[in-house]
Amino acid sequence: MKSAVAPELSEELLERVYALPHGEKIKECIQCGTCSASCPSAAAMEYSPREIIASLRAGMLDRVLNANTVWMCVSCYSCTVRCPAGIPFTDVMYELKRLETDKGVSKSAEGATMAKAFAETVDQHGRNVETKLLRKYYLRTNPLKALGQLPLAMKLFLRGRLEIFPRTIKGLGNVHKMMAAIEEHGTR
Amino acid sequence: MIDTPSRVYSYYPGCSATATNRAYDISARNVARVLGIELSELDDWNCCGATTYLPIREKRSFVLSARNLAIAEKEGRDLATICNACYVVLRKTNKYMAEDARLRAEIREALRAGGMDYNGTVSVRHFLDIVVNDLGDGPVRGQVNQDLSDLKVACYSGCQLSRPFDDLDDPEYPRLMEELVGWLGAEVVSFPMAAKCCGGLAMTTDPETGRVLSGKILKVAKDRGADCVVTACPLCQINLEAYQSKVAIAVGANCDIPVLYFTQLMGSAFGLTPKALALKDSLTPVKVLLREKVRS
Repeated sequence: MKSAVAPELSEELLERVYALPHGEKIKECIQCGTCSASCPSAAAMEYSPREIIASLRAGMLDRVLNANTVWMCVSCYSCTVRCPAGIPFTDVMYELKRLETDKGVSKSAEGATMAKAFAETVDQHGRNVETKLLRKYYLRTNPLKALGQLPLAMKLFLRGRLEIFPRTIKGLGNVHKMMAAIEEHGTR
Repeated sequence: MIDTPSRVYSYYPGCSATATNRAYDISARNVARVLGIELSELDDWNCCGATTYLPIREKRSFVLSARNLAIAEKEGRDLATICNACYVVLRKTNKYMAEDARLRAEIREALRAGGMDYNGTVSVRHFLDIVVNDLGDGPVRGQVNQDLSDLKVACYSGCQLSRPFDDLDDPEYPRLMEELVGWLGAEVVSFPMAAKCCGGLAMTTDPETGRVLSGKILKVAKDRGADCVVTACPLCQINLEAYQSKVAIAVGANCDIPVLYFTQLMGSAFGLTPKALALKDSLTPVKVLLREKVRS
């Protein structure tokens, strides 16, 4: 793992954030901290949302990307609806997550592993298959933790709630063609 | 008692509500039938991308949603969904495609590569919105044939029903579900946690954080004297129902409380059978609670 992220990467990220719908609003941040105060998982973040924006604009992105922070965002959109400057901060967090998965600088494995396993499962079936997703996730993070989930899995199984045979959509081939076409237009 | 459908919607049930959380889909279809709403399942729908494809590829995620919108557009009807995450992601794709000409062109080109297209004409609607705003007070009350007045309900809308899109309901203090539950004749308790986060995927990726978030919701519901928590999203539902003993340890308070979908509560007010509402799927004693509190 890299200990620091090159300044060019900070620059690249800022450009990518500006390119998001309403992403340029980040220039209007007044550092009021409403985002941090609204965030349900801020207590578990090394850097709060307000600090992330400050780091982003100061080109000190390495601090953020080498922390557990971005994967703690639960997509509740509280910061987004409350921000007085109209910054779509949840979308900015998605962009940071994408940067981490693209550049492989991610430190906190769980959130990234979950997202990758999810995208793979959807690519394979056209739908999410929860049983398969969780199997992938626990095998790649901590298989022992899966043991802790066994009582719940058993309860779900007994109620017939576990999807034993994954469903695959008929149009999967067409979905793959669509995916290939959009991939040609950049990484976002 | 089954009416001829007067309103038809294309229906996107989503992955979660047709697998682990199928009770939501089953109960939604059955209450819709009673209300004369036809939920016509979208042909060969795919995953909307949820909040979990976005951290990998944004545009691919938008394409996934746009394919569903394209199928719905061919059917020429509003697209109904029951999952808060599907609702937000489908709406977001719709909005960003409408606002950003370049993004729209790219996504349409991708859709065409797979033999589809989307012109942006579909409205994405949450089933709760349809019940409250398209049907309203009279038609819903008209189907109530059970007495729910002994039942105290904490209405939990979750995050994404009113965030980031705040045109459907208040993003801080949502009212829509409270209104509906009032029509059903149950007692609505004052519940300040109605739009707080249940922990979402953090319940799996960072259980310590997830348990505290779910715990605060369950604890406050109990403190306010609620008999049950009612949800509108499959992920909220499983987070709140499946981990109550671990959650109790995390917040140092008893968190045992039945959790059910608003569609299951509607169905019990309409006198539907436990089977029609898939109550046996519940991980909390929903069946027992309804047997005690709902009178014919």
